[in-house]
Amino acid sequence: MMPPTEHVLVLALMLFCVGAVGVLVRRNIIFILISLEFMMNACAMVFIAAGAKWGQPDGQVMFMLILAIAASEVAVALGIVIQMARRFRTLDVDAVSELRE
Amino acid sequence: MTALILFYVAGFVTLAAAILAITRTNASHALIYVVVALLAIAVIFFLLGSPFAAALQIVVYAGAIVVLFLFVVMMLNLGKSSVDRERALLTRGIWTVPSLLALVLFAVVLFALVSGDHEAGAEARMIEPKEVGIALYTKYVLAVELAGVLLLAALVGAYHLGRRYLADRREEEKTS
Repeated sequence: MMPPTEHVLVLALMLFCVGAVGVLVRRNIIFILISLEFMMNACAMVFIAAGAKWGQPDGQVMFMLILAIAASEVAVALGIVIQMARRFRTLDVDAVSELRE
Repeated sequence: MTALILFYVAGFVTLAAAILAITRTNASHALIYVVVALLAIAVIFFLLGSPFAAALQIVVYAGAIVVLFLFVVMMLNLGKSSVDRERALLTRGIWTVPSLLALVLFAVVLFALVSGDHEAGAEARMIEPKEVGIALYTKYVLAVELAGVLLLAALVGAYHLGRRYLADRREEEKTS
């Protein structure tokens, strides 16, 4: 017997909220990226749950596209993290506010 | 019924590991919790009748993406003595909770295998990898190409951002 779709959606919502809180609360860019991963995973879980509810493979196809997007995002973001560490010697996002000036 | 219990346990592990991950101070400790959370999500995908998505979640997310994170975190070891870090990594307090959460997951999978109704999701229909593949390369072939272009763009972007001489040029500007 499959878990009820509503419960999966609630779990995905909670996971998304944890990720959102992480993005808002943390100032270390590594933790912000981790929180973004959680948010993407919550979205993927909703796709899988919807695909399971209607018995269609489309949910898993969308999951794979999310996977590709997450991989590209992480690659570019970690490149930025490396540049940030080289230039500013810190991972604090508040320290990198030069565009404001 | 068992699938329901397994789902709630895996959901609890997911949330607990996610909350613990975003509250850590040490990035590599947080990444251990991230792996646990991603594995728990893979269990949920399996319970939802998507074994292929569960496998991809483990291989790509827990395998590739978190390892990429770990490489960068270790590369950026910002000035701290690595001996201290190693010693801190080996204290029991850091390992116990993630290991316990992973053990809960292991117990879940073991229970599912032993109780013999790991076909539990089949009642609502297991979506086979074959169907996913057919949908991926017929209906969504354009999306696959777009994902390929996106990955290429990410590759070029990551290569460009990772170059050292961007930082060196900036140093020269500062000194001149």
